[in-house]
Amino acid sequence: MSGTTATRTLTYREALREGLRDALRADERVFLMGEDVGAYGGSFGVSRDLLGEFGPERIRDTPLSESAFTGAGIGAALGGMRPIVEVMTVNFSLLALDQIVNNAAAIAHMSGGQFAVPLVVRMTTGAGRQLAAQHSHSLEGWYAHVPGLKVLAPGTLEDARGMLAPALADPNPVLIFEHGSLYGLEGSLTDPPAEVALTGAAIRRPGSDVTLVAYGGSLPKALDAAETLAADRIDAEVLDLRALRPLDDAAVLASVARTHRVVVVDEAWRTGSFAAEVVALVAERALYELDAPPERVCSVEVPIPYAKHLEDAALPSAERIAAAARRTVGR
Amino acid sequence: MSAVAVEREHALHLLREMTRIRRFEEACVQLYSATKIRGFLHLYIGEEAVGVGAMQALGPEDAVVATYREHGHALVRGVPARALMAEMLGRVEGCCRGRGGSMHIFDAARRFYGGNAIVGGGLPLAVGLALADKLAGRHERVTACFFGEGAMAEGEFHESINLAALWQLPVLFLCENNRYAMGTALERSESETDLSLKAASYEVPAWPVDGMDVLAVEQAVRRAAAMVRGGEGPVFLELRTYRFRAHSMYDPDLYRSKEEIARWRERDPLTTFPELLRSQELLDDAALSGIEDEVAAEVADAIAFADAGTPEPVEELEWFVTMDEVPAA
Repeated sequence: MSGTTATRTLTYREALREGLRDALRADERVFLMGEDVGAYGGSFGVSRDLLGEFGPERIRDTPLSESAFTGAGIGAALGGMRPIVEVMTVNFSLLALDQIVNNAAAIAHMSGGQFAVPLVVRMTTGAGRQLAAQHSHSLEGWYAHVPGLKVLAPGTLEDARGMLAPALADPNPVLIFEHGSLYGLEGSLTDPPAEVALTGAAIRRPGSDVTLVAYGGSLPKALDAAETLAADRIDAEVLDLRALRPLDDAAVLASVARTHRVVVVDEAWRTGSFAAEVVALVAERALYELDAPPERVCSVEVPIPYAKHLEDAALPSAERIAAAARRTVGR
Repeated sequence: MSAVAVEREHALHLLREMTRIRRFEEACVQLYSATKIRGFLHLYIGEEAVGVGAMQALGPEDAVVATYREHGHALVRGVPARALMAEMLGRVEGCCRGRGGSMHIFDAARRFYGGNAIVGGGLPLAVGLALADKLAGRHERVTACFFGEGAMAEGEFHESINLAALWQLPVLFLCENNRYAMGTALERSESETDLSLKAASYEVPAWPVDGMDVLAVEQAVRRAAAMVRGGEGPVFLELRTYRFRAHSMYDPDLYRSKEEIARWRERDPLTTFPELLRSQELLDDAALSGIEDEVAAEVADAIAFADAGTPEPVEELEWFVTMDEVPAA
């Protein structure tokens, strides 16, 4: 097969599953554990059929004990394994916050470098499916606040497929946030699939008038907005952060130095958001590159409501992103 | 006192280990007063029989997870007194280069996984270490997890023991019941104060042990460890003990009576155990002062080592936030 490259169509969900299957085949130390990953096939269907191939020891269903099984992932990583913990959603990860923040992120430093925690934690994030206030959080920015963690947000099929391998190879705890609206996203991948870098931003659409910074579930919205803007002859660059921690400062600054305008899209609430971090970076290090004040497109500061029209009004949309971009160019 | 028979050499070893903890921590109090140790300092004084007795049942391949009251466990596990004291003083020669301090003692070579200062936070780690052993087929190993009775009010205890029992993992749950979660008495924090009963509800063998009797502790933990090694899943022991000192150096100790403390002090293992050994003619004045002299020299040496230690250069502050590789086991 080597030397031949074909493309094929699949979904983001299937791309994640392929990444998991490869990882499980490649390394005996890798196992997946979490709520309903086995018999149910994963709450979002990501791990469907893996139980049959790898068995219940390696596709390990857990009770509803987010703190214990996340902490057990940390312990297993300390014990030489390469666990992948699936926390069903970021909302439930609040029940594992102690383990992620106080143990996974801190053990290497607290121990003076005697230990590393090579753990991967996957979870769904985001709103947009009428799941209401308790199932619609976008808290990846909270985790990006914490030194010792790496925080990834695959927004493309290539990253959904490819980020897991470098995440498992990394000696540090890596959190992967999969936006719930992306699982059904269709696209094509090369076969064999391309390797991707763990971190570092990527320009998904080059442009010269304004930079739209986005990640994860906001990436398709930013790309849609860029198309709309193109029709008005506003040439938007779409920069996919891919990783929130470490943040690719250089890529953000380089893009802003080209376009001189920036809109940051973040589905989290505005106050204390990751978007604020990106804007602060630009203000600190590229202020004089700017031809217009930076814009942020975040969620309205309200617990995300159930009713569709209210939820839509609360979340960033391609329209709101395009409107913000127009403000930066004065059109 | 204990009905358990003991050989002289082993008895003196147990006494020496308990004495090491006591004198080391008494020195820590002085260093705290001298402002050389800062932050939180939680003393194990009064509870030495638990850590010393329990550690006898563990081998170098086993793992230990402990709490923020872990100087004693670390010492008995083999962390050198020098490295421990240097850590207390925040020196680069400390076992964690001064980054962990009193509450976060780690030692990879001795499979000592902290030093966890969030009550209950070490329990899931122990489950995971045991899971790794099970998945890797290292069936002879045990992970011993020390925690206080206060942790049994935390969800992490219930989640963790359920998981360990469900998956039949080799975890030894060692509950050090010193009767107070900081200042809150057991009766004021638990609707069911029979802690073994709570553990037993998870289908885990569980029983209480006199934690002031080092021989009883050793015997019970040996039996429990053998069960765990035999593949029978986790075992829970409630080790009934008492802390003679306040919770930390900040605690004015207003929540218990002097009479209660005095009553428990009558059961001080550093008094009762030597008395027992004397009654069996296993200990005399010369042997006792030999132990005290030896321990005093070790503690003095540790202090001198730590005092002469160096602060880590501030340029290295951000080391170990993320790692470039997983350190070799």
